[in-house]
Amino acid sequence: MLLRQMRRILLIALIGGLLGATLVRMGPGFGIDEREMDNRLNSESRQAIRSERATENNIGVFYLRYLAGLARGDFGFSRSLNRPVSQLLKERLPLTLVSLAFGVLGGASTGLLLALLTVWWRAPGSDVVPAVLSGVCLALPAAVIALIFLWMGAGGRWAIALAVFPHVYRYAKNLLAATYQSPHVVAAQAKGLRGARVLFAHVFTPAAPQLAALAGIAVSLAFGASIPIEVICDTPGVGQLAWQAALDRDLPLLVTITVLVALMTLVVNSVADLALAAWRPAR
Amino acid sequence: MKRAQNIALILLGLVAAASLFAGVLASSSYSEQFRDSLSAMPSTRFPLGTDELGRDRFARLLYGTRVSLLLAPAAALLSTLIAALVGGTAGYLGGKWERAVTSGIDLFLSLPWLFLLLTVRALLPLNTSPVTSVIITFLLLGCLGWATPARIVRAGTRTLVHSDYLVQARANGVSGIRLFWRHLLPNLRPILLAQFWISVPVFILSEANLGLLGLGVSEPLPSWGAMLRELENYTAILHNPWMLAPAALLVVVVCCLQLVLRTEDGIPC
Repeated sequence: MLLRQMRRILLIALIGGLLGATLVRMGPGFGIDEREMDNRLNSESRQAIRSERATENNIGVFYLRYLAGLARGDFGFSRSLNRPVSQLLKERLPLTLVSLAFGVLGGASTGLLLALLTVWWRAPGSDVVPAVLSGVCLALPAAVIALIFLWMGAGGRWAIALAVFPHVYRYAKNLLAATYQSPHVVAAQAKGLRGARVLFAHVFTPAAPQLAALAGIAVSLAFGASIPIEVICDTPGVGQLAWQAALDRDLPLLVTITVLVALMTLVVNSVADLALAAWRPAR
Repeated sequence: MKRAQNIALILLGLVAAASLFAGVLASSSYSEQFRDSLSAMPSTRFPLGTDELGRDRFARLLYGTRVSLLLAPAAALLSTLIAALVGGTAGYLGGKWERAVTSGIDLFLSLPWLFLLLTVRALLPLNTSPVTSVIITFLLLGCLGWATPARIVRAGTRTLVHSDYLVQARANGVSGIRLFWRHLLPNLRPILLAQFWISVPVFILSEANLGLLGLGVSEPLPSWGAMLRELENYTAILHNPWMLAPAALLVVVVCCLQLVLRTEDGIPC
């Protein structure tokens, strides 16, 4: 089952890469090199520039060559940044991964903590402040959140956390509130159990696998938000790189980022699904 | 909850009405430049002042609201129709078509929504006429936003396909397109409506993200996203806090939409 899942993930990611490559190839502006506008260049130099891109004109040939290179660990060469893609990723990926980890963990833990407090407290109006806060965060585009944090002089990772928080809070609150109503919790309360014990042993624990499944969504949300956030905060991460690659029609760079992002999202989702499947029989 | 939802509906109605009657409420056009009043303070003539090109910010806000409020539902309608067609036929026909559609949906969902949207938009022409840019932006939203609704529609169709009334319709000799069109699709209406309304705020926010990065509606046509670009000038906001009006209106409208979509148990429909 695990092998089949891995095969499926790889196949989807590679098809995603092919579609990304096709899109770049078909996009207007592909194949135009600003260097050709230089009047000092003679026709041979212009021809040499054109031949640099010749391999990218046939998308099938390009993708097969790309895959062959990928098997050897070669991600291709970024023409717009004039550097190997692997080198660019090596420099920028750690920064994005740290931001994503911070954003996902920060946003998820804040959302979960507020959801637990809201469900535990259960006094009338106790959820007003978190509900308004999450509502406003949901209603703000990630780019505006990035601007706010830029004004405050805080890093983009805080903005990612704020983009993740409302989704986790709303889902967790609804799930925990629904679990609080279930018969086993009512029975536990009827037997005299109160407070934190009911919350953690009878509400949080049964809901934990479904909460863990949120990890996949949180990572996907965080990466999506990281692009406008990194662009606006001028953070040299993979989000900003993807943006530059799309604007410059940089085929090898964009294909690599597409495959990487698809792989990352699919792997996190699959791990969450497998954890959920492994938990259920044990329960 | 009901009272809050009523208030939200009234607010949405007021905003929609104000944008529809922009020509009556605003004293000038969204593109008219008043060169003697660059970055002017609010006054009776310009209730929200003017931008650095001397254009009436209030007029631009009203016309921008019209663009965002009319075209986000249009994009949502397009994505819901695609989802109904793709998800509905996948659930109805089953077999290889369903497997192919499910793989396509998985492929779309494997890429984060904003990554997909920003990348595809950046690949499309940026120096187009304002009207073309509006069409490109919202067609893109509609064409890329179908995957999540399609997954839900497919699941809903699978449930309906085995329902008693469809079995009876089949037993009575109804089949093919007629069964899909007359018996299945009308029963998918609640799911499709819910998906439509959920998509509207998502598309409004997506347009705002695109606009702020310069990939949305082209100047001089205003939209919320395009107007939010003013916020990049931090020092100007300190002196002109009314520059925040588009952001405030965006938050109010999206919050109202969220409130209207919430059901009694607090879970969005």
